[in-house]
Amino acid sequence: MPLSDLVFYLFAAMVVVGAAGAAISQNLVYAAFLLLAALFGVAAIFAWLSADYVAITQTIVYVGGILVLFLFAVMLTNRITDARHSNPAVGKRPAALVSLGLFGVLAYVSIETPWKHFDVPAGGETTHLLGQALLSTYVLPFEVLSVLLLAALVGAVVMSRKETPKP
Amino acid sequence: MEAYTPYLWDLGRIAFMFAICLGLAGPLTWAERRQSAMIQDRIGPNRAALTLFGREIRAFGLFHPIADVIKLITKEDTINIHADRFLYNVAPFIALFPALMTFAVVPFGPDITVGGEVHRLQVARMDAGILVVFAISSIAVFGVTLAGYASASKFALLGGLRASAQMISYEVTMGLSVLGLVLIFGTLEPSAMVVAQGELIGGWLPRWGVFVQPLSFIIFFTAAIAENKRIPFDMAEGESEIVGYFVEYSGMKFGMFFMAEYIEITVVAGLLTTLFFGGWQVPYLMDGVEFVNAAGTTIVGTGFHFPWGGQLYTGEWVGAGLRVGAFLFKLIFLCWLQLMLRWTLPRFRYDQVMTLGWRRLLPLSLANLVLTAAVVLLI
Repeated sequence: MPLSDLVFYLFAAMVVVGAAGAAISQNLVYAAFLLLAALFGVAAIFAWLSADYVAITQTIVYVGGILVLFLFAVMLTNRITDARHSNPAVGKRPAALVSLGLFGVLAYVSIETPWKHFDVPAGGETTHLLGQALLSTYVLPFEVLSVLLLAALVGAVVMSRKETPKP
Repeated sequence: MEAYTPYLWDLGRIAFMFAICLGLAGPLTWAERRQSAMIQDRIGPNRAALTLFGREIRAFGLFHPIADVIKLITKEDTINIHADRFLYNVAPFIALFPALMTFAVVPFGPDITVGGEVHRLQVARMDAGILVVFAISSIAVFGVTLAGYASASKFALLGGLRASAQMISYEVTMGLSVLGLVLIFGTLEPSAMVVAQGELIGGWLPRWGVFVQPLSFIIFFTAAIAENKRIPFDMAEGESEIVGYFVEYSGMKFGMFFMAEYIEITVVAGLLTTLFFGGWQVPYLMDGVEFVNAAGTTIVGTGFHFPWGGQLYTGEWVGAGLRVGAFLFKLIFLCWLQLMLRWTLPRFRYDQVMTLGWRRLLPLSLANLVLTAAVVLLI
Protein backbone atom coordinates (compact mmCIF):
# COMPACT_ATOMS: atom_id res chain seq x y z
CA MET A 1 0.00 0.00 0.00
CA PRO A 2 1.39 3.40 -0.88
CA LEU A 3 2.21 5.69 2.03
CA SER A 4 -0.37 8.19 0.81
CA ASP A 5 -3.19 5.63 1.14
CA LEU A 6 -1.98 4.68 4.59
CA VAL A 7 -2.21 8.33 5.64
CA PHE A 8 -5.74 8.51 4.27
CA TYR A 9 -6.87 5.43 6.21
CA LEU A 10 -5.30 6.86 9.35
CA PHE A 11 -7.31 10.07 9.02
CA ALA A 12 -10.45 8.18 8.03
CA ALA A 13 -10.13 5.96 11.10
CA MET A 14 -9.72 9.09 13.21
CA VAL A 15 -12.95 10.52 11.78
CA VAL A 16 -14.94 7.29 12.15
CA VAL A 17 -13.74 6.52 15.67
CA GLY A 18 -14.24 10.13 16.75
CA ALA A 19 -17.74 10.37 15.30
CA ALA A 20 -18.82 6.99 16.65
CA GLY A 21 -17.42 7.87 20.05
CA ALA A 22 -19.20 11.21 20.05
CA ALA A 23 -22.49 9.44 19.31
CA ILE A 24 -22.04 6.57 21.76
CA SER A 25 -20.21 8.22 24.68
CA GLN A 26 -22.23 8.65 27.86
CA ASN A 27 -20.19 11.60 29.08
CA LEU A 28 -20.98 14.82 27.25
CA VAL A 29 -17.51 16.32 27.70
CA TYR A 30 -16.00 13.16 26.20
CA ALA A 31 -18.50 13.38 23.35
CA ALA A 32 -17.35 16.94 22.66
CA PHE A 33 -13.70 15.88 22.87
CA LEU A 34 -14.22 12.98 20.45
CA LEU A 35 -16.08 15.30 18.09
CA LEU A 36 -12.88 17.36 18.11
CA ALA A 37 -11.02 14.30 16.82
CA ALA A 38 -13.67 13.74 14.12
CA LEU A 39 -13.70 17.35 12.91
CA PHE A 40 -9.93 17.54 12.99
CA GLY A 41 -9.75 14.32 11.00
CA VAL A 42 -12.05 15.80 8.36
CA ALA A 43 -9.76 18.84 8.16
CA ALA A 44 -6.82 16.46 7.76
CA ILE A 45 -8.56 14.66 4.88
CA PHE A 46 -9.19 18.01 3.18
CA ALA A 47 -5.51 18.82 3.57
CA TRP A 48 -4.64 15.37 2.21
CA LEU A 49 -6.78 16.17 -0.85
CA SER A 50 -4.64 19.35 -1.21
CA ALA A 51 -7.66 21.55 -0.50
CA ASP A 52 -5.64 23.46 2.07
CA TYR A 53 -7.97 26.44 2.29
CA VAL A 54 -10.99 24.25 3.05
CA ALA A 55 -8.96 22.35 5.64
CA ILE A 56 -7.96 25.56 7.40
CA THR A 57 -11.48 26.97 7.29
CA GLN A 58 -12.82 23.68 8.66
CA THR A 59 -10.43 24.02 11.59
CA ILE A 60 -11.19 27.68 12.24
CA VAL A 61 -14.96 27.42 11.97
CA TYR A 62 -15.74 23.99 13.41
CA VAL A 63 -12.88 23.30 15.80
CA GLY A 64 -12.12 26.86 16.87
CA GLY A 65 -15.66 28.20 16.81
CA ILE A 66 -18.49 25.74 17.08
CA LEU A 67 -16.80 23.12 19.22
CA VAL A 68 -15.58 25.72 21.71
CA LEU A 69 -19.19 26.87 22.02
CA PHE A 70 -20.23 23.24 22.64
CA LEU A 71 -17.64 22.90 25.38
CA PHE A 72 -18.77 26.16 26.97
CA ALA A 73 -22.41 25.08 26.91
CA VAL A 74 -21.54 21.69 28.39
CA MET A 75 -19.33 23.11 31.12
CA LEU A 76 -21.66 25.94 32.12
CA THR A 77 -24.75 23.73 32.33
CA ASN A 78 -25.57 22.92 35.92
CA ARG A 79 -24.91 19.28 36.98
CA ILE A 80 -24.12 18.19 33.46
CA THR A 81 -22.14 15.21 34.76
CA ASP A 82 -25.36 13.69 36.11
CA ALA A 83 -26.83 13.49 32.63
CA ARG A 84 -25.86 10.01 31.47
CA HIS A 85 -27.56 9.76 28.08
CA SER A 86 -27.11 12.02 25.12
CA ASN A 87 -30.78 11.57 24.32
CA PRO A 88 -32.81 9.25 26.59
CA ALA A 89 -36.05 9.82 24.64
CA VAL A 90 -35.24 7.11 22.09
CA GLY A 91 -33.94 3.67 22.96
CA LYS A 92 -30.66 2.34 21.65
CA ARG A 93 -32.07 -0.32 19.33
CA PRO A 94 -34.33 1.90 17.18
CA ALA A 95 -31.49 4.43 17.04
CA ALA A 96 -29.06 1.77 15.83
CA LEU A 97 -31.60 0.61 13.24
CA VAL A 98 -32.14 4.13 11.88
CA SER A 99 -28.39 4.79 11.83
CA LEU A 100 -27.68 1.56 9.94
CA GLY A 101 -30.44 2.33 7.42
CA LEU A 102 -29.07 5.83 6.87
CA PHE A 103 -25.56 4.42 6.52
CA GLY A 104 -26.81 1.97 3.87
CA VAL A 105 -28.54 4.71 1.88
CA LEU A 106 -25.54 7.03 2.03
CA ALA A 107 -23.10 4.24 1.14
CA TYR A 108 -25.30 3.21 -1.81
CA VAL A 109 -25.52 6.80 -3.07
CA SER A 110 -21.80 7.44 -2.76
CA ILE A 111 -20.91 4.20 -4.56
CA GLU A 112 -23.49 4.59 -7.35
CA THR A 113 -22.97 8.28 -8.08
CA PRO A 114 -20.81 8.93 -11.15
CA TRP A 115 -18.31 11.27 -9.45
CA LYS A 116 -16.43 13.76 -11.57
CA HIS A 117 -12.81 12.79 -11.89
CA PHE A 118 -10.06 15.29 -12.40
CA ASP A 119 -6.68 14.20 -13.58
CA VAL A 120 -5.08 17.44 -12.45
CA PRO A 121 -4.74 17.64 -8.68
CA ALA A 122 -6.30 20.69 -7.07
CA GLY A 123 -3.66 22.39 -5.00
CA GLY A 124 -1.66 25.40 -5.96
CA GLU A 125 -3.24 28.73 -5.19
CA THR A 126 -6.59 27.48 -3.91
CA THR A 127 -7.13 30.44 -1.60
CA HIS A 128 -6.60 32.92 -4.42
CA LEU A 129 -8.93 31.05 -6.80
CA LEU A 130 -11.64 30.60 -4.17
CA GLY A 131 -11.46 34.27 -3.26
CA GLN A 132 -11.76 35.30 -6.89
CA ALA A 133 -14.71 32.96 -7.47
CA LEU A 134 -16.55 34.05 -4.33
CA LEU A 135 -16.23 37.75 -5.05
CA SER A 136 -16.92 37.66 -8.80
CA THR A 137 -18.99 34.74 -10.14
CA TYR A 138 -20.74 33.85 -6.91
CA VAL A 139 -20.89 37.25 -5.27
CA LEU A 140 -24.72 37.31 -5.01
CA PRO A 141 -25.16 33.96 -3.19
CA PHE A 142 -22.16 34.87 -1.04
CA GLU A 143 -23.71 38.17 0.03
CA VAL A 144 -27.17 36.65 0.51
CA LEU A 145 -25.65 34.03 2.80
CA SER A 146 -23.84 36.73 4.77
CA VAL A 147 -27.10 38.61 5.27
CA LEU A 148 -28.80 35.37 6.33
CA LEU A 149 -26.07 34.71 8.90
CA LEU A 150 -26.32 38.27 10.16
CA ALA A 151 -30.08 37.91 10.53
CA ALA A 152 -29.58 34.66 12.47
CA LEU A 153 -27.05 36.42 14.70
CA VAL A 154 -29.38 39.33 15.46
CA GLY A 155 -32.25 36.90 16.01
CA ALA A 156 -30.20 34.88 18.48
CA VAL A 157 -29.31 38.02 20.44
CA VAL A 158 -32.93 39.17 20.54
CA MET A 159 -34.20 35.76 21.65
CA SER A 160 -31.57 35.18 24.33
CA ARG A 161 -31.96 38.61 25.89
CA LYS A 162 -34.27 39.01 28.83
CA GLU A 163 -37.14 41.43 28.48
CA THR A 164 -36.29 44.57 30.40
CA PRO A 165 -39.18 46.81 31.47
CA LYS A 166 -39.09 50.22 29.81
CA PRO A 167 -38.23 53.02 32.20
CA MET B 1 21.17 9.39 -0.96
CA GLU B 2 20.07 11.78 -3.69
CA ALA B 3 16.43 10.75 -3.30
CA TYR B 4 16.46 11.60 0.37
CA THR B 5 17.84 15.14 -0.04
CA PRO B 6 14.41 16.90 -0.04
CA TYR B 7 13.50 15.06 3.15
CA LEU B 8 16.79 16.06 4.71
CA TRP B 9 16.02 19.69 3.89
CA ASP B 10 12.56 19.30 5.44
CA LEU B 11 14.05 17.71 8.55
CA GLY B 12 16.61 20.49 8.76
CA ARG B 13 13.95 23.17 8.58
CA ILE B 14 11.83 21.47 11.25
CA ALA B 15 14.90 21.00 13.45
CA PHE B 16 15.75 24.68 13.11
CA MET B 17 12.17 25.64 14.03
CA PHE B 18 12.23 23.48 17.15
CA ALA B 19 15.69 24.74 18.00
CA ILE B 20 14.32 28.29 18.03
CA CYS B 21 11.07 27.47 19.86
CA LEU B 22 12.39 25.05 22.46
CA GLY B 23 15.88 26.51 22.63
CA LEU B 24 14.58 29.94 23.56
CA ALA B 25 12.05 28.67 26.12
CA GLY B 26 14.68 27.88 28.77
CA PRO B 27 16.72 31.08 28.44
CA LEU B 28 13.44 33.06 28.41
CA THR B 29 12.44 31.69 31.82
CA TRP B 30 15.87 32.66 33.07
CA ALA B 31 15.66 36.11 31.46
CA GLU B 32 12.23 36.68 32.92
CA ARG B 33 13.30 35.82 36.45
CA ARG B 34 16.56 37.72 36.20
CA GLN B 35 14.92 40.76 34.66
CA SER B 36 12.09 40.84 37.19
CA ALA B 37 14.70 40.67 39.94
CA MET B 38 16.58 43.61 38.46
CA ILE B 39 13.38 45.64 38.04
CA GLN B 40 12.28 44.90 41.60
CA ASP B 41 15.75 45.41 43.09
CA ARG B 42 16.22 41.77 44.11
CA ILE B 43 19.16 39.46 43.42
CA GLY B 44 17.12 36.85 41.60
CA PRO B 45 18.11 33.30 40.72
CA ASN B 46 21.83 32.71 41.36
CA ARG B 47 21.99 29.52 43.43
CA ALA B 48 22.23 26.80 40.81
CA ALA B 49 25.92 26.15 40.45
CA LEU B 50 28.21 23.79 38.61
CA THR B 51 31.47 22.70 40.17
CA LEU B 52 34.21 22.22 37.63
CA PHE B 53 37.81 21.45 38.72
CA GLY B 54 37.02 22.60 42.24
CA ARG B 55 35.67 25.95 41.09
CA GLU B 56 32.06 26.88 41.55
CA ILE B 57 30.51 28.37 38.42
CA ARG B 58 27.25 30.23 38.87
CA ALA B 59 27.02 32.09 35.54
CA PHE B 60 24.38 34.58 36.75
CA GLY B 61 21.93 31.76 37.44
CA LEU B 62 22.02 30.47 33.89
CA PHE B 63 21.90 26.89 35.18
CA HIS B 64 18.51 27.49 36.76
CA PRO B 65 16.45 26.43 33.72
CA ILE B 66 18.28 23.08 33.74
CA ALA B 67 17.80 22.68 37.48
CA ASP B 68 14.12 23.57 37.05
CA VAL B 69 13.60 20.91 34.42
CA ILE B 70 15.27 18.26 36.59
CA LYS B 71 13.08 19.34 39.49
CA LEU B 72 9.89 19.22 37.38
CA ILE B 73 10.65 15.81 35.91
CA THR B 74 11.50 14.18 39.25
CA LYS B 75 8.55 15.69 41.14
CA GLU B 76 5.66 13.45 42.14
CA ASP B 77 2.83 13.52 39.63
CA THR B 78 -0.30 14.00 41.70
CA ILE B 79 -3.78 13.49 40.32
CA ASN B 80 -6.89 14.66 42.11
CA ILE B 81 -8.94 11.60 43.14
CA HIS B 82 -12.09 12.90 41.40
CA ALA B 83 -10.24 14.08 38.33
CA ASP B 84 -11.05 12.76 34.89
CA ARG B 85 -7.82 10.87 34.35
CA PHE B 86 -7.82 10.71 30.54
CA LEU B 87 -8.69 14.35 29.87
CA TYR B 88 -6.45 15.43 32.76
CA ASN B 89 -3.48 13.71 31.15
CA VAL B 90 -4.22 14.78 27.62
CA ALA B 91 -4.88 18.49 28.34
CA PRO B 92 -1.20 19.58 28.71
CA PHE B 93 -0.43 18.01 25.34
CA ILE B 94 -3.29 19.89 23.68
CA ALA B 95 -1.98 23.09 25.28
CA LEU B 96 1.59 22.50 24.07
CA PHE B 97 0.74 21.34 20.53
CA PRO B 98 -0.49 24.67 19.02
CA ALA B 99 2.42 26.54 20.58
CA LEU B 100 4.87 24.23 18.82
CA MET B 101 2.99 24.17 15.51
CA THR B 102 2.33 27.83 14.81
CA PHE B 103 5.94 28.72 14.14
CA ALA B 104 5.83 26.51 11.03
CA VAL B 105 4.47 29.31 8.84
CA VAL B 106 7.04 31.89 10.00
CA PRO B 107 9.81 32.34 7.41
CA PHE B 108 13.21 32.69 9.08
CA GLY B 109 15.22 33.53 6.00
CA PRO B 110 15.05 34.24 2.28
CA ASP B 111 14.91 31.52 -0.36
CA ILE B 112 18.44 30.24 -0.96
CA THR B 113 19.84 28.48 -4.00
CA VAL B 114 22.03 25.47 -3.30
CA GLY B 115 23.33 23.49 -6.25
CA GLY B 116 20.79 25.00 -8.65
CA GLU B 117 17.84 24.17 -6.42
CA VAL B 118 15.81 26.78 -4.60
CA HIS B 119 15.19 26.01 -0.94
CA ARG B 120 12.83 27.92 1.30
CA LEU B 121 13.81 28.79 4.85
CA GLN B 122 10.32 28.24 6.21
CA VAL B 123 8.77 24.98 7.39
CA ALA B 124 5.35 25.25 5.75
CA ARG B 125 4.58 27.51 2.83
CA MET B 126 0.85 27.56 2.24
CA ASP B 127 -1.35 29.86 0.27
CA ALA B 128 -3.40 30.66 3.35
CA GLY B 129 -0.48 30.92 5.77
CA ILE B 130 -1.89 33.57 8.09
CA LEU B 131 -5.14 31.64 8.44
CA VAL B 132 -3.13 28.61 9.59
CA VAL B 133 -1.96 30.66 12.56
CA PHE B 134 -5.53 31.36 13.61
CA ALA B 135 -6.68 27.81 12.90
CA ILE B 136 -3.96 26.29 15.05
CA SER B 137 -4.12 28.85 17.84
CA SER B 138 -7.86 28.24 18.16
CA ILE B 139 -7.01 24.71 19.33
CA ALA B 140 -5.12 26.15 22.31
CA VAL B 141 -8.46 27.00 23.93
CA PHE B 142 -9.21 23.28 24.32
CA GLY B 143 -6.10 22.61 26.39
CA VAL B 144 -7.05 25.30 28.87
CA THR B 145 -10.75 24.42 29.02
CA LEU B 146 -10.20 20.67 29.35
CA ALA B 147 -7.50 21.20 31.99
CA GLY B 148 -9.94 23.28 34.02
CA TYR B 149 -12.73 20.75 33.62
CA ALA B 150 -10.75 17.56 34.16
CA SER B 151 -9.08 18.76 37.38
CA ALA B 152 -12.36 18.37 39.30
CA SER B 153 -11.62 21.58 41.17
CA LYS B 154 -13.86 24.63 41.31
CA PHE B 155 -10.91 27.02 41.11
CA ALA B 156 -9.40 25.25 38.13
CA LEU B 157 -12.77 25.26 36.36
CA LEU B 158 -13.22 28.99 37.00
CA GLY B 159 -9.69 29.66 35.80
CA GLY B 160 -10.26 27.58 32.69
CA LEU B 161 -13.48 29.40 31.86
CA ARG B 162 -11.89 32.80 32.41
CA ALA B 163 -8.94 31.85 30.24
CA SER B 164 -11.01 30.45 27.41
CA ALA B 165 -13.45 33.37 27.37
CA GLN B 166 -10.52 35.75 27.16
CA MET B 167 -8.79 33.75 24.41
CA ILE B 168 -11.94 33.57 22.28
CA SER B 169 -12.62 37.30 22.70
CA TYR B 170 -9.18 38.40 21.63
CA GLU B 171 -8.93 35.94 18.75
CA VAL B 172 -11.53 37.99 16.86
CA THR B 173 -9.61 41.23 17.32
CA MET B 174 -6.33 39.55 16.40
CA GLY B 175 -7.74 38.26 13.13
CA LEU B 176 -9.28 41.58 12.18
CA SER B 177 -6.11 43.53 12.93
CA VAL B 178 -4.09 41.43 10.47
CA LEU B 179 -6.59 41.92 7.63
CA GLY B 180 -5.36 45.48 7.05
CA LEU B 181 -1.90 44.11 6.28
CA VAL B 182 -3.42 41.47 4.01
CA LEU B 183 -5.13 44.25 2.05
CA ILE B 184 -1.93 46.27 1.71
CA PHE B 185 0.40 43.43 0.75
CA GLY B 186 -2.26 41.56 -1.21
CA THR B 187 -1.32 38.14 0.11
CA LEU B 188 -2.06 35.78 2.99
CA GLU B 189 1.29 34.06 2.69
CA PRO B 190 3.86 35.17 5.31
CA SER B 191 6.98 34.81 3.15
CA ALA B 192 5.34 36.81 0.33
CA MET B 193 4.47 39.46 2.92
CA VAL B 194 8.09 39.60 4.03
CA VAL B 195 9.25 40.01 0.44
CA ALA B 196 6.71 42.83 -0.03
CA GLN B 197 8.11 44.54 3.07
CA GLY B 198 11.51 44.81 1.41
CA GLU B 199 10.37 47.77 -0.69
CA LEU B 200 11.04 51.34 0.33
CA ILE B 201 8.49 54.13 0.80
CA GLY B 202 9.73 57.42 -0.63
CA GLY B 203 13.13 55.84 -1.24
CA TRP B 204 14.20 55.65 2.40
CA LEU B 205 11.56 54.22 4.76
CA PRO B 206 11.27 50.40 4.69
CA ARG B 207 7.72 49.35 3.88
CA TRP B 208 7.39 47.41 7.14
CA GLY B 209 4.01 46.56 8.58
CA VAL B 210 4.64 48.72 11.61
CA PHE B 211 5.08 51.80 9.39
CA VAL B 212 2.09 51.19 7.09
CA GLN B 213 -0.23 49.87 9.81
CA PRO B 214 0.90 51.29 13.19
CA LEU B 215 -2.53 50.98 14.80
CA SER B 216 -2.87 47.41 13.64
CA PHE B 217 0.52 46.64 15.24
CA ILE B 218 -0.62 47.91 18.63
CA ILE B 219 -3.92 46.03 18.42
CA PHE B 220 -2.26 42.80 17.29
CA PHE B 221 0.42 43.00 19.97
CA THR B 222 -2.17 43.62 22.70
CA ALA B 223 -4.41 40.82 21.48
CA ALA B 224 -1.46 38.44 21.19
CA ILE B 225 -0.41 39.08 24.80
CA ALA B 226 -4.02 38.54 25.88
CA GLU B 227 -4.07 35.28 23.90
CA ASN B 228 -0.96 34.18 25.74
CA LYS B 229 -2.59 35.18 29.08
CA ARG B 230 0.36 37.23 30.32
CA ILE B 231 0.31 40.36 32.44
CA PRO B 232 -1.59 42.69 32.03
CA PHE B 233 -4.08 40.02 30.94
CA ASP B 234 -3.26 37.19 33.33
CA MET B 235 -6.59 36.86 35.14
CA ALA B 236 -6.54 33.22 34.10
CA GLU B 237 -3.58 32.37 36.32
CA GLY B 238 -2.42 35.45 38.25
CA GLU B 239 0.24 33.47 40.05
CA SER B 240 0.37 35.60 43.18
CA GLU B 241 -3.36 35.99 43.96
CA ILE B 242 -5.70 33.97 41.78
CA VAL B 243 -5.30 30.26 41.11
CA GLY B 244 -5.47 29.26 37.51
CA TYR B 245 -6.66 26.38 35.36
CA PHE B 246 -3.50 24.37 36.10
CA VAL B 247 -3.74 24.62 39.88
CA GLU B 248 -4.14 20.84 40.29
CA TYR B 249 -1.23 19.97 38.03
CA SER B 250 2.20 19.09 39.33
CA GLY B 251 5.56 18.03 37.97
CA MET B 252 6.18 18.01 34.26
CA LYS B 253 2.48 18.30 33.37
CA PHE B 254 2.49 21.72 34.98
CA GLY B 255 5.83 22.22 33.26
CA MET B 256 4.17 21.65 29.89
CA PHE B 257 1.67 24.48 30.47
CA PHE B 258 4.58 26.61 31.62
CA MET B 259 6.62 25.69 28.54
CA ALA B 260 3.67 26.41 26.26
CA GLU B 261 3.55 29.96 27.62
CA TYR B 262 7.25 30.58 26.93
CA ILE B 263 7.14 28.96 23.50
CA GLU B 264 4.17 31.18 22.71
CA ILE B 265 6.27 34.23 23.60
CA THR B 266 8.65 33.15 20.86
CA VAL B 267 5.78 32.44 18.48
CA VAL B 268 4.22 35.86 19.11
CA ALA B 269 7.61 37.48 18.58
CA GLY B 270 8.03 35.50 15.35
CA LEU B 271 4.62 36.55 14.05
CA LEU B 272 5.22 40.20 14.99
CA THR B 273 8.58 40.10 13.25
CA THR B 274 7.09 38.59 10.12
CA LEU B 275 4.00 40.78 9.91
CA PHE B 276 5.21 44.11 11.23
CA PHE B 277 9.01 44.23 11.30
CA GLY B 278 9.89 42.96 7.86
CA GLY B 279 10.70 39.38 8.87
CA TRP B 280 14.21 38.58 7.68
CA GLN B 281 14.55 41.86 5.76
CA VAL B 282 17.54 44.03 6.58
CA PRO B 283 16.89 47.68 5.70
CA TYR B 284 18.53 48.67 2.38
CA LEU B 285 19.85 45.15 1.76
CA MET B 286 18.42 44.36 -1.66
CA ASP B 287 18.54 41.60 -4.27
CA GLY B 288 19.24 42.05 -7.95
CA VAL B 289 20.67 45.56 -7.85
CA GLU B 290 23.66 46.88 -9.75
CA PHE B 291 27.02 47.43 -8.10
CA VAL B 292 30.15 49.02 -9.47
CA ASN B 293 33.22 47.35 -8.03
CA ALA B 294 36.69 48.80 -7.64
CA ALA B 295 37.72 47.79 -11.16
CA GLY B 296 34.82 49.80 -12.58
CA THR B 297 32.78 46.85 -13.83
CA THR B 298 29.09 46.51 -13.00
CA ILE B 299 27.81 43.40 -11.25
CA VAL B 300 24.24 42.49 -10.33
CA GLY B 301 23.64 40.86 -6.97
CA THR B 302 22.73 41.20 -3.32
CA GLY B 303 23.99 44.08 -1.26
CA PHE B 304 23.32 47.32 0.54
CA HIS B 305 22.05 50.30 -1.41
CA PHE B 306 21.83 53.16 1.03
CA PRO B 307 19.44 56.06 0.31
CA TRP B 308 22.30 58.51 0.90
CA GLY B 309 24.22 57.08 -2.00
CA GLY B 310 26.62 54.56 -0.54
CA GLN B 311 26.63 50.94 -1.58
CA LEU B 312 28.16 47.74 -0.35
CA TYR B 313 28.20 44.45 -2.19
CA THR B 314 27.74 41.43 0.06
CA GLY B 315 26.91 38.57 -2.27
CA GLU B 316 24.17 36.02 -1.81
CA TRP B 317 25.63 34.01 1.06
CA VAL B 318 26.66 36.87 3.32
CA GLY B 319 23.32 38.51 2.52
CA ALA B 320 21.40 35.38 3.53
CA GLY B 321 23.42 35.08 6.73
CA LEU B 322 22.76 38.72 7.58
CA ARG B 323 19.07 38.20 6.97
CA VAL B 324 18.73 35.11 9.17
CA GLY B 325 20.72 37.03 11.79
CA ALA B 326 18.39 40.01 11.45
CA PHE B 327 15.38 37.72 11.91
CA LEU B 328 16.84 36.22 15.08
CA PHE B 329 17.78 39.68 16.39
CA LYS B 330 14.26 41.02 15.86
CA LEU B 331 12.80 37.83 17.36
CA ILE B 332 14.88 38.09 20.52
CA PHE B 333 14.25 41.82 20.82
CA LEU B 334 10.47 41.28 20.66
CA CYS B 335 10.72 38.45 23.22
CA TRP B 336 12.58 40.83 25.50
CA LEU B 337 9.94 43.51 24.94
CA GLN B 338 7.23 41.07 26.05
CA LEU B 339 9.16 40.21 29.22
CA MET B 340 9.66 43.92 29.86
CA LEU B 341 5.93 44.60 29.47
CA ARG B 342 5.08 41.91 31.98
CA TRP B 343 7.14 43.51 34.73
CA THR B 344 6.10 47.06 33.90
CA LEU B 345 2.32 46.86 33.88
CA PRO B 346 -0.20 46.06 36.62
CA ARG B 347 -2.95 43.50 36.07
CA PHE B 348 -6.34 44.43 34.61
CA ARG B 349 -9.55 43.48 36.32
CA TYR B 350 -11.60 40.86 34.49
CA ASP B 351 -14.38 43.23 33.38
CA GLN B 352 -11.72 45.67 32.19
CA VAL B 353 -10.21 42.96 30.00
CA MET B 354 -13.56 42.20 28.43
CA THR B 355 -14.41 45.88 27.96
CA LEU B 356 -11.04 46.55 26.38
CA GLY B 357 -11.41 43.58 24.05
CA TRP B 358 -14.97 44.00 22.88
CA ARG B 359 -15.70 47.71 23.23
CA ARG B 360 -12.35 49.30 22.46
CA LEU B 361 -10.04 47.08 20.42
CA LEU B 362 -12.68 45.37 18.27
CA PRO B 363 -14.33 48.59 16.97
CA LEU B 364 -10.87 50.12 16.61
CA SER B 365 -9.65 47.23 14.47
CA LEU B 366 -12.84 47.33 12.39
CA ALA B 367 -12.41 51.07 11.81
CA ASN B 368 -8.77 50.50 10.92
CA LEU B 369 -9.80 47.81 8.43
CA VAL B 370 -12.43 49.98 6.73
CA LEU B 371 -10.04 52.93 6.55
CA THR B 372 -7.26 50.77 5.13
CA ALA B 373 -9.63 49.26 2.58
CA ALA B 374 -10.69 52.75 1.46
CA VAL B 375 -7.08 53.93 1.17
CA VAL B 376 -6.02 50.80 -0.74
CA LEU B 377 -9.00 51.20 -3.09
CA LEU B 378 -8.31 54.87 -3.80
CA ILE B 379 -4.54 54.67 -4.25
